[in-house]
This record gives sequence, C-alpha cells and structure tokens, in this order.
Amino acid sequence: MKLHSYAQGLTQLWPPLFAPIVRVPLYADPCAAGFPSPAQDYVEKELDLNELCIRRRASTFFVRASGSSMEDLGLFDGDVMVVDRAEEANHGDIVIAEVGGEFTVKRLQLHPRLALLPMNPAYSTIYPEELQLLGVVTWFFNSTRARRR
Amino acid sequence: MPMFGLADVNSFYASCEALFRPDLRGKPVVVLSNNDGCVIARSAGAKKLGIKMGVPWFQIKSQQYSEKIYVFSSNYALYHSMSQRVMTALEEITPRVEQYSIDEMFLDLTGIDGCEAFEDFGRRLRSHVFNTTGLTVGVGMGPTKTLAKSAQWASKEYPQFKGVLALTVSNQKRTSTLLANQPVEEIWGVGRRIGKRLNLMGISTALQLANSNPKSMRDNFSVVLERTVRELNGESCIPLEELPPSKQQIVCSRSFGERITSKVAMQQALCMYATRAAEKLRGERQYCRHIGVFIRTSPHADNEVFYGNSAGEKLTVPTQDTRDIIEVAMRSLDRIWLEGKRYMKAGISLNDFTPNGVTQLSIFGEDKPRANSAQLMKVLDSINQSGLGNVWFAGQGVDTEWKMKRGMLSPAWTTCWKDIPVAHVK
Repeated sequence: MKLHSYAQGLTQLWPPLFAPIVRVPLYADPCAAGFPSPAQDYVEKELDLNELCIRRRASTFFVRASGSSMEDLGLFDGDVMVVDRAEEANHGDIVIAEVGGEFTVKRLQLHPRLALLPMNPAYSTIYPEELQLLGVVTWFFNSTRARRR
Repeated sequence: MPMFGLADVNSFYASCEALFRPDLRGKPVVVLSNNDGCVIARSAGAKKLGIKMGVPWFQIKSQQYSEKIYVFSSNYALYHSMSQRVMTALEEITPRVEQYSIDEMFLDLTGIDGCEAFEDFGRRLRSHVFNTTGLTVGVGMGPTKTLAKSAQWASKEYPQFKGVLALTVSNQKRTSTLLANQPVEEIWGVGRRIGKRLNLMGISTALQLANSNPKSMRDNFSVVLERTVRELNGESCIPLEELPPSKQQIVCSRSFGERITSKVAMQQALCMYATRAAEKLRGERQYCRHIGVFIRTSPHADNEVFYGNSAGEKLTVPTQDTRDIIEVAMRSLDRIWLEGKRYMKAGISLNDFTPNGVTQLSIFGEDKPRANSAQLMKVLDSINQSGLGNVWFAGQGVDTEWKMKRGMLSPAWTTCWKDIPVAHVK
C-alpha cells in the first residue's frame, strides 16, 4: 500500500482491522506554506472506509477467511473479506461458494466451462451443476501488526 | 386508481437462520419464542414434518421425527438486521414503502402499470430482494391493503402463482374466485375470535364477508370490520403510512427465565427495563410525565393465587433521565411488592410524553431537573451505542439468572465482528 503525503508530512495511513469508520482529514490542495489559508475551505469531507469498500450496504456481508493457501494473494488466515451478494460474478473473481455444506473461498471460472478453482493444491477443481454463491469478495483486510513477517 | 402491494418474507426467522448455515439447506429448521417457549417459525422442511405453529418446545423435544430438526432461539439482532436489508432492497425499486412488521412491507404501486404489468414488477421485486439479501418474498397486489394481503395469502397457498399475484379492478372474476376460497379468519384484521362469530352468522369465506352489509358489520362488531368489508370490495379506506406515528407510551417488560422471589432481584430487573425504556424515550426525543411499574405472578400456576399489581407516579417536571425513572420505579415497587410470591413478569411503562423538557416549575415543586442531566444521558447513550462498551446503573446487577433463557442462540452473523461467518480457503 502506498503512503501518500499531503501538506508537510501529513500521511494517510491504512486503518487497523476492526475500526469500522476511519476519519482522516484531507487537504483539498497541498499547501506550500506551513499552514492553510484561513480563507480557504481546507477540509472537504472526512474519509470513510465504508464509502470505499461498500457499494451497497443491503447486500454486503463480512466473512472471515480461514486457512492459509491464498497467502501469496495477500489473503491470510483470520482476514475479513467484504462480500457483495448482488455483484454479478465474473470470470476470475474470488467468490464465497457453498460447497459440501460450508462456505469456501474459491476463484470462479466461467469459460470454457463453469468451475470453482481451489486455492490449495491439495484440493481439486469443482465443476458444479448449479452455482451456490454467498457473493463476490470485493475487498479484504488484514492487520499489518497481527503477524510479524 | 390506487394499487397496493404486500411483500412478505417466507418463513422469515427460519430463513434468516438458514442463510448463514449452508449445511441446513432444505433441512427442517424451527425457531422458538422468548424464553425458548414455543415454535414461532418453521422452515418448509419443518412444516413437512408436521410441526405446527405455536407448539411448545418441551413437546417437540421429547418427540421423534424421521429427520433431525434444527432448533434456534430467537436471534432478534440478526432478524432486525436482515429486515432492514429487505426494506432497503424494496425501497430501491418501489416508489413508496411502509414497514408493517419485521417481515411484512406494504408498497404503493399506483401507476406502475403505466410502465410494466403488475405481476412483472412483482417478479422483478422478488428477484431483486433475493439477489440482495438471499431471502424470498411473496408479493400480493390489489386495489386495497386488505386485498393485497389476501392476494399475498393466495400466492403462498397456491404454488402455481410462484409467489406473485395481482388482483386488478379489470379482473373482478379472479378476485371473487380468490375470496370465495379464502377462509374468513385469514383476512387481514379478522382472526380466529371474530372468525368464529362470523361463522355463527353463516359467513365462512372472504367472499361472503365482502357481500355482507358494511353498516351491519359496524353495528355488530366495530368500525374496523366495516372498513375491512369496504376494502374487500375495492374501496380503499386505509392509506399507506410512511412514517410510523410517534409513540405516546413506551413499555419495557419481559417474562422471567426463572421466577423471581427476592425483592433485590426484582429491583435489578426493573432497573434494567427502566434503563432500556429511558434509552428508547431519548431516541424518540421525548420526555415523560408519568412512570408506571407492574409486576405479576403466573395466572396458570397450580396452588398459587394469582397476584398482579401496578403503581406509578405523575411527575411535575417531565424527564428523560434514567436516574429519575429508576427512582420512581423503586418507590412504586415498594408500594406493591408482596413477599412470598413467585413473580413471572414485570415491566416499566413511560407515559404522557412531551417534547419539551422544561415546563412551568410549580411553586410547590420539590423536583428540580437534575443538573447536567442531558449531558450525562448523552454520554451514556453514546457509550452504549458505540459498541465499544456498556455503561449501566449498578442497581441492574451484572449476571442474573432471571435473564431471558435463549439456550440455542445463533451467532449475530451481521452485527457482531466476532460472530461473522467463516469461509474456508480451499
């Protein structure tokens, strides 16, 4: 994740895992001087992570990831995934699919044929008759401090 | 020409429970009332096993069924959360919506047929709600709320309608046929008691009620039944209410998990109800001028004489401060508490609201509004609502055995971080 600098060392940091709302003041334009001009409106609106990650509240659910076979994608055990039920699932999307009576995280393949690709080489590709999805994973979060790498 | 819709979630509580349990798809699921008392919701699978609505839990527990049944205590946090989502989904494509109960919403569909047929809209609505929330709604439509409700009943009763049915003014024959097949007690606003009386008068179907004389219904029953008759005939008497009327009374009461016999335990319970009621009062931005307390033993217990009593106080200074309400509640309890009784239920009622905190202080008034009351209550509410912690009054007690029994509660899948569903990365 990049660090953005605005106005003399004010940096925007990505938030800790479990704070539902993050408020970071944003300067509308970088100030060359050491302080903002009082004549200008310098804070437009505080940033809210919900605006970034949640397209529609009514169809968004949070799901926790269990397992470590997607670590090279950045998804670690215990991470929170933002899942949108109403999103149309596209080829290549990471989805939450119901397989064998449990929720599983898979990659969706639509062509050449419908398949759920495993993340873990120990598991095989599934070719379901009918796709039962909880939704598409649109974002996931991990805490940098939860594990020292 | 007005047109109403009624969207009703199929087996709402049971469906919510199954949403986050992929292992329960199609299985018999049953949800119990407060205190794990009786069945208040059944999945399709449970209905097939013959489990009836309202049957007590202890009866089912001992019975053997051909399949395993999955039982849950009422998880109101989950149901409220899912209900909000269904409302939002409905509001996204419907001009006006009125939430009637936790799982039923009335819709204003007037004029929609200018763009698409009512039943096409109904199917689109069903599909939209399912794609958004995973829950299925049945949609009934008609020129009055009562007919919309009857249509929704029929859409559930007769699978050939696939959950969507519209009764229109242009198709009176369809309406008459439906009403001829609907038992009178299934009509909105009728129920079993009035249904029995109507049966005695020879009225057993909705059509017969529709054909009866409205004035004579008002004389024999009430103006409500007269309105029902008119509505069954297509005359709309009950408009859509977008904003629920502001409350004039708040009651907070519960039946106890285990009977209460000590005064201290009763005081703790009343403290908790007083706190909750006061929170609701502040949420309504109102002050109350009358506070009441009621306590009662069980009316059905063997060898116990029923005792129920209530007491209250009128206030000279209206309040929304939890401390005032607790103080009045404790004083009122002193006046009605009887030792040696096994109490089953108690509650607090707040009445006579006013939006103004300050009235004319009477010359003789000993009650002065508490200093800094509004600020303290604001801090209290913001801490309690932030989800970070809970502040309550010491009188409520910490862990108490009289709290509602909910032994089979599912996780708060959508409202608590530690309870969110888990997906396996495989």
